[in-house]
Amino acid sequence: MNVEMKGIDKSFGTNQVLKNVEFSLRDGEIHALMGENGSGKSTMMKILTGVYTRDAGKVFVDGKEVVYNNPQEAEKAGIVFIYQELNVLFDMTVEENMFMGKEIVGPFGICDKAAMRKQAQDVMDKLGVNIPVDAVMSDLSVGQQQMVEIAKALMVDAKVLIMDEPTAALTQSETRTLFEVVKGLRAKGVSIVYISHRMEELFELCDRISILRDGEYVGTRDMKTVTMEEIVQMMIGREIGERFPKREHKIGEEIFRVENLNHPKLFRDVNFNVRAGEVLGVAGLMGAGRTEIMHAIFGNMPNVTGKVFIDGKEVSIANPRQAIQAGIGFITEDRKVEGLLLEKSICENIEIANLDRISENNVVSFAKSNELAQAGIDDFKIRCFGTDHECVNLSGGNQQKVVLAKWIYTNPKILILDEPTRGVDIGAKKEIYNVINDMAAKGVAVIMVSSELPEVLGMADRVMVIHDGQVAGIIDGAEADQQKVMTLATGGSL
Amino acid sequence: MKDKKICGVKIGEYGAFIALIFLVLALSAISPEFRTASNFLNLLRQASFNGLIAFGMTCVILTGGIDLSVGSTFALSAIICAEMIMYGLPAPVAVLFALACGTVLGIVSGLLVTKGRLQPFIATLITMTAYRGMAMILTDGKPISRLAEHCSSGSFIFKAMGKGNLVSIFTDAIKIPIPAIILIAVFFAFYFLLNYTTYGRRIYATGSNEKCAALVGVNINKVKLSVYAISGLMSALAGLLMISRVNSAQPNLGVGYELDAIAAVALGGTSMNGGRGKIAGTVAGVLIIAVLNNGLNILGVTSYYQEVIKALVILIAVLSDRK
Ligand SMILES: Nc1ncnc2c1ncn2[C@@H]1O[C@H](COP(=O)(O)OP(=O)(O)OP(=O)(O)O)[C@@H](O)[C@H]1O
Ligand SMILES: [Mg+2]
Repeated sequence: MNVEMKGIDKSFGTNQVLKNVEFSLRDGEIHALMGENGSGKSTMMKILTGVYTRDAGKVFVDGKEVVYNNPQEAEKAGIVFIYQELNVLFDMTVEENMFMGKEIVGPFGICDKAAMRKQAQDVMDKLGVNIPVDAVMSDLSVGQQQMVEIAKALMVDAKVLIMDEPTAALTQSETRTLFEVVKGLRAKGVSIVYISHRMEELFELCDRISILRDGEYVGTRDMKTVTMEEIVQMMIGREIGERFPKREHKIGEEIFRVENLNHPKLFRDVNFNVRAGEVLGVAGLMGAGRTEIMHAIFGNMPNVTGKVFIDGKEVSIANPRQAIQAGIGFITEDRKVEGLLLEKSICENIEIANLDRISENNVVSFAKSNELAQAGIDDFKIRCFGTDHECVNLSGGNQQKVVLAKWIYTNPKILILDEPTRGVDIGAKKEIYNVINDMAAKGVAVIMVSSELPEVLGMADRVMVIHDGQVAGIIDGAEADQQKVMTLATGGSL
Repeated sequence: MKDKKICGVKIGEYGAFIALIFLVLALSAISPEFRTASNFLNLLRQASFNGLIAFGMTCVILTGGIDLSVGSTFALSAIICAEMIMYGLPAPVAVLFALACGTVLGIVSGLLVTKGRLQPFIATLITMTAYRGMAMILTDGKPISRLAEHCSSGSFIFKAMGKGNLVSIFTDAIKIPIPAIILIAVFFAFYFLLNYTTYGRRIYATGSNEKCAALVGVNINKVKLSVYAISGLMSALAGLLMISRVNSAQPNLGVGYELDAIAAVALGGTSMNGGRGKIAGTVAGVLIIAVLNNGLNILGVTSYYQEVIKALVILIAVLSDRK
C-alpha cells in the first residue's frame, strides 16, 4: 500500500506545529522519518491515522483520497500505529492486552482463552522474544512492554506499519530481532514508516528518509546515497561537529563507592567506585539488573544489603530523601512513570525537586520558581510555549530535558542517569552530553546507564558491564569496544 | 491550553463560580425572602459546617485519596466534647481536647492508608463505621442536651462558637455568624497552605504522580498521613460548631456529611484522581450546595424533590466543567 500526504497543516491552539508538510510512502519500503524533538513527526503520523484531525491538506492511500476519523478506521484499512508513548493496560496480562477489543469469542460471547493464548504465543515466537503471555504487564520491563506493543501490531494484518521510536527501550539483541521482523514484513510488501533518533539504525534498515524541521518538510533522500552529515544538516540546519564531545579536565579522587550490594533476587555482590569528574558507563542487556542496582543505591528498593561510601564516609540510604541529602541525583529510566508529573507544568516539575531552592521558611516564592523554570527552558533549550506548558504536551525529547533540568538544579555530587538520551534527537543528545560533561568538569561523579552502546563507548571513562545481576567486568574507556562489552554482557569472559 | 476560554478567562477554573452566581441571581429573582441580608448571613452559617469538612476533604482528594470518615469523626468528636462538658470540665478544655481527638481519629485513617496499605476508600470506610459505633457506645445511643447550661466554666465561649454573631459596629442589622468568620479564616489558611508553601506543592505532587514525587524526595507517607489528620481536625471543628449551635449532641450527627463534602469538592473542579484542584473551587462548591438547600427550602420545595434537584445541579455543573 502506498500513502501520499500533501499540504498538511496542523495547529494546537495558536501554535502551528505542521506547515504545509508532505510525505510519500511507497509500496514495500521502509521509510525513515527524522527530525528534532518537537519537529512534528509523531503529529504527522497521528494525522495519517486519524488520532488528530488536520487543519488543511490531503491524504491519499493507493491513489484514493481518504479521511480516517479515528485510529480504528485506519486500522481497518490496514494502517497500524505503534505509538511512541506506550499504550498498555498495566493490570492486565500480555495476552489480554494483545487481544483487547479483538477478542476471539466462541458461542454465547464467551472468550476463547486457549485460542487467544496460543495465537499470542505464536506471535511472540515469530518475534523471537521470550515473554510469557500470561504475565501481567506491570511486571514486565519497559523494553518487554514495548515488545508486546509490537506483537500487538503484528497480529493485525497490517499493510502500512508506523513505528514511532520502537527501539528506544530495546537492547541490542532485541533490536536485532525487531529488525529481522521488520525486514521480513517488507519482503511481504508491507510499507513501514520508521521514526527513530538512532542514525546507525536508519542506515542499516531504511530505504528512504524524509526530514522535518520545525514543522516544515525539508526533503526526502535515498538512504544509499545520503550521508550522516547531510541528514544532520537537513535536520538542524547546521553541523553539530563531533557526536561525543571531548572532556579535557582531570579526574580526581574517589567520591562514591559501593561495596557488596546485594538483593535476594535481583543482583549480587555489586562493587564499584566513581571518581570526581569521571563518567562511569553502565552497559548490559535488558533485565541484567542495571536499573534495579541504581534504584537500590538511591534507596528506592527494599531488602537491599551493602555499603555505600561518599567521600570515604559510609552513609546509610534507606529512602530517596536520604539519597538526595547525601548528594545523589537520579534521572530515572521511565520519564512517564517515574520522572515527571505528566499533567503538571514544566515549572511545577522543576519546582518539586528544588523546593528548598525556591522557598524560604517553607513559603514558596513564585518569582524564584518561575525564574528557575525559565532558566531550565533556556539552559536546556526546551521547546515549549512557556513555563506553564504541561509536560504531557511536550514531545518526548523535551520531556527528557525537563527531567534533566529538575535534577541538575539540585546540584548533586553524584549524578545517576538511567537511559538519559532515550528518545532524544541527535542535536539534543549532544546538548545532554554537554550537560554531562559540564557536570563532570565541576567534579560531579557521573554514572550513566545506557543501552545505546555507541553512547556508552563515546562518553564513558570506564565501562561497567552488568550480566545477570553481577558486575561482569569494568573496562577502561580507552580499551573498551563493542565486542568486549557484548562478550561480557552475554556472560563471556575476556 | 486545554481549557475553553471566554474573554480570556478559563471557564474550567471558574465554572463553579459562574454556576453559583447564576443560581444566586435566579433565586433572588424568584424569591424576595431569599435575597435578604439576614438570609445570606444565615446561609453562610449553614455553609460553614460543610465548608470546613470540605476543605479537609479537598486536601485528602488532592493527594489522590478520599475520606469517608468525616461524618463519623464529626459526631464522635462532638460527643467527646459533650461528655467532657457533662463531666464538669471547663468548656475550653473540652473543646481543645475534642479537636485533638478529631486529629487523632484522622491520623488513624491515615495510618491505615500509609502503614496498613489499605486503599483510602476501604480504610476510611472502616474508620467511618468504627467511629460511628464508638459515638453510639459513648452515649448509649441517646442525645446529650442542654450543654451550655452544664458548662462548669467558659459556657460563653461554648455558646459563641456556633451560635454567636459578630455585630457590626455600624448597624446591628448585620450580624456576621462566628462560624462564617471561622470558615473564612480557615479558608485563607488553606489557601496559603496549598498555594504558597512547600507543603502544598508536596500535596499536589503526591496526587499527581506518587512514584515521581517519592523519587524527588517527597515523603509521601507523611504527606498522606497529614492530610487525613487535617481532615479529622476540620471535621471535629465543624462538629463542635454544630453542637454549640444546637446546644445538644447526639451520636447520629453528621450522617451523610461525607457525601456533601465530596460533592462540594467535585463541584469545585478538583480531580478525584488527585493532583488537580483549587481550594477556591471548593468554596464555590460549598456555597452552591448551601444556596440550593436554603433556596429550595424557602421556595417550599419538598425534601424529596430537593435531593433530585440537587443531584441535577451537581450533574450539570460537573459536566459543564469538563474540558
Ligand atoms: N496534544 C497536543 N497539544 C499541544 N501541543 C502538542 C500536542 N501534541 C504535540 N504538541 C506539540 O507539537 C509539536 C510537535 O510534537 P511531536 O510530538 O509531533 O514531535 P516529534 O517530532 O514526534 O518529537 P519527538 O522526537 O520528541 O517525539 C511539539 O512542539 C509539541 O509540544
Ligand atoms: Mg514523537
